[in-house]
This record gives sequence, structure tokens and C-alpha cells, in this order.
Amino acid sequence: MTDAMPLIRALRDPASVATLDAAGWTALIATARAEQIVGTLAHRVAGLDLPEPVARLMADARASAAQQQVAALWEAEMARRALAGICPVILLKGTAYAAAGLSAGIGRSIGDLDILVPRDRLDAAEAALLAAGWEWVKPDPYDDDYYRRWMHELPPLIHQERDRMIDVHHTILPLTARVTPDAAAMVSDAVPIRFLPGTGRGTMRSMVEGQGTRSDASSSTPCPSTAFGGPPPRSGEELLVLNPADMLLHNVAHLFADGDLSGGLRNLWDFDRLVRDFASDAFWPALAERAALHGLGHYLARAMRLSQRLFDTPIEPTLAGPARITDGAYVARITARDGWGRGICKANRFAFYVRSHWIRMPPAMLARHLWTKWRKA
Amino acid sequence: MNHIFHLRIGPVGFRVGSAWAGPIRQLAALYADYPRADVPDFTVRLEPAGPFRRLFRPSVAIAGDYTLPDAAPMSLAHGLLAAEMGMNLQMALGQRRYLLLHASSAERDGRALLMTGESGAGKSTLAALLGERGWRLMGDEFALLDPATGLLHAFPRMISLKNAAITVMAAEAGEARLGPLMQATPKGDIRHMIPNARAIAGMDEPARPALILFPRYGHAAAVRPIGTAEVFMRLTQASTNYVALGERGFDALTGLVTATPARAIDYPDTDTAIGLVEHLWAAPA
Repeated sequence: MTDAMPLIRALRDPASVATLDAAGWTALIATARAEQIVGTLAHRVAGLDLPEPVARLMADARASAAQQQVAALWEAEMARRALAGICPVILLKGTAYAAAGLSAGIGRSIGDLDILVPRDRLDAAEAALLAAGWEWVKPDPYDDDYYRRWMHELPPLIHQERDRMIDVHHTILPLTARVTPDAAAMVSDAVPIRFLPGTGRGTMRSMVEGQGTRSDASSSTPCPSTAFGGPPPRSGEELLVLNPADMLLHNVAHLFADGDLSGGLRNLWDFDRLVRDFASDAFWPALAERAALHGLGHYLARAMRLSQRLFDTPIEPTLAGPARITDGAYVARITARDGWGRGICKANRFAFYVRSHWIRMPPAMLARHLWTKWRKA
Repeated sequence: MNHIFHLRIGPVGFRVGSAWAGPIRQLAALYADYPRADVPDFTVRLEPAGPFRRLFRPSVAIAGDYTLPDAAPMSLAHGLLAAEMGMNLQMALGQRRYLLLHASSAERDGRALLMTGESGAGKSTLAALLGERGWRLMGDEFALLDPATGLLHAFPRMISLKNAAITVMAAEAGEARLGPLMQATPKGDIRHMIPNARAIAGMDEPARPALILFPRYGHAAAVRPIGTAEVFMRLTQASTNYVALGERGFDALTGLVTATPARAIDYPDTDTAIGLVEHLWAAPA
């Protein structure tokens, strides 16, 4: 049975697609769509000599991703306006990568808007969003109560006119999780988009300033990512992103400590791209310090090993640590997708599903949660 | 997947995989004269809806590149319908090259007629009838507007005949072109009709839109003008990917509605409808 390795190869080394026949392309595209990374693949193979139907499909995927990003950045701007004067808005995940013009944003599909707000401003932020037209998605009282007591984010909100979802995070991981990253530090050390050393492709500033598609590369000031004592000044009105080390660590926390690794392939690709954007001699010690602060060193090491193994990521060996026997299980889970887009390796998937609950809740609470969910189902 | 069929309808290629032989056999029979796409645009999967549901009370889950999370599984007896719904779902959720209009279309003299309306308005039956009476059927369900050229591309999938339309078209086209009768599906009785040889042979020829009609069945014959803004709004509602295409979708649709005359027509029976269409086609302005 084939797995997602052809997709990994194509992302890592786009020229390798030259050997694909029609069946190989068909499988590659189905796998990439199932992993929601076809827009990225399309950018990776852009400019190569592709069979005509493939070239058309890849052009469609690039156009689709571009339109998704326009909508995603607009949604971020809507949140900024709704929360102006209430609290700073820190963009997370795909929207952050796209807004900051990072390599991870190129062709990336973006669904919901994820933002991080300070915990003590959460009630005010919730009220402001509700007043601005967002409404609750899940009316179920148990789910709502569960979210509010135990989760790292509000129950999802959807905008009544634009039909777009927003996830308002107030911390990094569920409150029940085994590790507790320092969300307050992530919030206080977040940086305005313009201070991030992106690739200069970011459209957020130009969009907000009404400057068309002006490149901001030349005007960017490099972020003092190593000097956490003094983050750049913030006006309180502009959109923020996590500083580079925290952005990488948030990716890692999301990848390993918050779920069953579905979407793991794309998250690990994000990790690879972020590392390539940020890597420098000065970055590694800052990253190590930050990982220790958040208690995520173990997960960071795992991400580095897997990413290097699959994507040849230039990592820092002292942070990655020695290979572990369990790395193989993670690789198998991340690549558990066949050429029809089907999830494969059911036992491995189930094991990671069980793990996802185990690491998020203490046993007694897990039992109570599953009992309630089972009774309601 | 155990059973596989490849086909191309107009500019769109599909790969359909199934856990059962039946739906693929029926699909292959109905689409026998269609070409195959080298690299299909979309993958459709017909899978058992649960661990034991391939053999025990077989139940078909529709999956593929694009899926709805809460799609209800279907009986294997309706496996052909599941395949069709799977292909429609890929178009509705995944099509990004063309503005997808939920409309039927037919071509004459290199120009295209578009018909759209609510379910039961008769757009499908009217297009099928026109296809038997001197027009080239371009499609009974989806019309594909190319934002780059403003041309309409054909999508002549098998025509989905529902309830009373089955008898009408059996009389018009003959039994040989009809597929198996599927009774008591979620949409009532359904029988598929294979488009005629001309529709299949001409499916790679796009056409410039020349007339948009909004037919309505069950009323005395009438023709009403309909404003450009109204046409625009109705077509946004008839499109599944208008929002996803963003500015390209807006430009394509604006181009279509400003360049193409439109009328609403009421009709009490199909012969009257065909007469109205021919009359308006002869003098659309």
C-alpha cells in the first residue's frame, strides 16, 4: 500500500515530479488535496515543465489559494477593527504566516481565523466580537461549558454575514494539558507584522494601507528575535504576530500536544518553512531559551527530528537530540494517506487518537468526558 | 480501490473508485462513449459507510477530494446515484477554473442558451428536449463559464430525469438511452438518460452565451423582462463557487449579465415552453 511519501518528496524536491506518469500525478494530487496542501504543492512545482492537465490543475490551485488568502487577511482586518481599543490582536497559524509574508504562507490554505488575546481581556473581546456580528456555532450547553472551563480557546464563533469562523485563543494549549506554555509571555512579546523578517511577500500592510501589492521587503526592520528584553514598540491598533521563536513553538505545540496529528503533514511543512525563514546562529539559543520557558523543548526536539527526516530541514542538532524509536510511529502517522486520499494505517491512527485525549486530560476527567459524550451520542 | 472508472465530461475529468462492482458497471455502461482524462480533475470514492457495511446491509458513503462532513450514506441500490452525487459534489465544492452555474444549457449556431431556476422549474427537461429537437445539449445541471474568455463550456453528464420527466423523455428519446430506474431515492424516482451522440461529440466546443432564461412550470404562458441586477443576483445564488472565485467570479458574472439578454418565462406544458424558447431565440432583443 502506498503512503504520502510521494507528496513529501514532491514538496521537498519539486524537480522529482519529472518522473511521475499520469497515474503518479493523479495520486499525488489526491493525496495533497486530502492533506490540504495542494496550493503549496502548486507553488513548489510552478515553473517546472508539467503535463498540460497538471499545469492547469496547479494553476487553479494557486489561484484558489490566493483568493483564500485575500479572504483570510480581510477577516483578520475585520477582527482588528472589531477589537481596536479593546485588546491587541495576535494572528496565529496560517493567517499569521500569510500576513507576515513568511514562506509557510505561500499557497497555504487558510480556513478559520485564529487569534490570541490576553486572558484578562477575554470577556471584553468576546463581547466586542458578538457586538460586531459574530455568533456562537455550538449551542450545546455541555460543549459550551467544556470549552469555557477547560479549553484554550472560546467556543468557535462564526460571522453572520461573511460566514467565516474565528477561534479566539487565550492560551496555547487546553488548560488540562500536561504542559502549560507561558501564554502571557507570548502575548507580551508579540511583534507587529512589519517587524518580522519575512520574505517580503506579505500583503497585509499593503492591503490595510491601501497600497495595492507593494512589496514591503525593503522597508522591513529585522525583528530583534534574540532580544526578548525589548520587543519593538506597538501602537495598540495594529495586527501582531508571535515573535519568531514563539511562532515556531506554537506550531510545535499545536502539532504534538493538541490533537491526533491529523493535518500533521501540513503542520510539519509549516515548521520546516518557519525554520528556514528564521534559522541563524543567533536564533537557536533564543529558541532554546524560549522552549525551556514554555516547557516545549521535548516537542521541539521531536519536530526537528521529524522535519529533518522528511523535509531535510536544516536543524540545530543539539536541540533535536538523538533519534528515538518512537519517531518512526510519528512518521508513519504523518504519512498515513494513500493515492486515493484515504487515511491508512488504522491502528496507528487510532493509537494517536487515544494519545491525543490522554495528553490533554487527566484519566478521571477523560473518563467523565467520554462518558458524557457517549451518553449524548 | 477495487473498482475504478475514468471519464471526462466536457473539460472536467473524473476518477471514480468504488468498493463495489455494481455502481462502476452501471457508470461504465452509461458513459461508454465518453473519453478518459489522463490526469483527472477530481477523485470520487464510494466507500462502505462503516466497518462491516460493504457486505452486511451495504451502505455507500460518498467521499473524494472534497466532501461534506455530514453527507448521509445511501443504499447500494442507489449506488449509481451516489456516483453522480459524488461527481456533482466535486464540481460544487472544488471547481475553481470556471464559474459554476447551476443551470442547463444548449447550443445552436455557435451560441448558447442558459436556463436556470429553482428545482422543479423544468430547466433539465427543457434542455433535454431541446437536445432532441435540433439543438446541441450542453448540459442539464451545470454550465461552466470561463472567466478568461466569457465562453460557456459544456458539461453534458448523463441527464438526471426525475418522476414525471422520465415518461416524457422515454417517449422522446426511446428506452435504449435510459439507465436503470432507481425508486424512492431522496429525490424521488430517478432514471438517467445518455445524451445523444451530437452532445457527446461536441462537448469540447464552448459557445458564446446569447440568451438567459428563467423558466417556471405550472403557469399560463408568459414572458417577462427581467432587470440586469436581478439576473445578477439570481445567478450568484445559482452558483456554488461565486464567492470562492472572488474578483474573477464577479468579473465573469458581470460580463455575462451585461452582454446577454434575459427573460423569465412561465409555461403550462413542455411544448408551449419549447415554442416560447424558439420564439425568444429568434428575436431575443
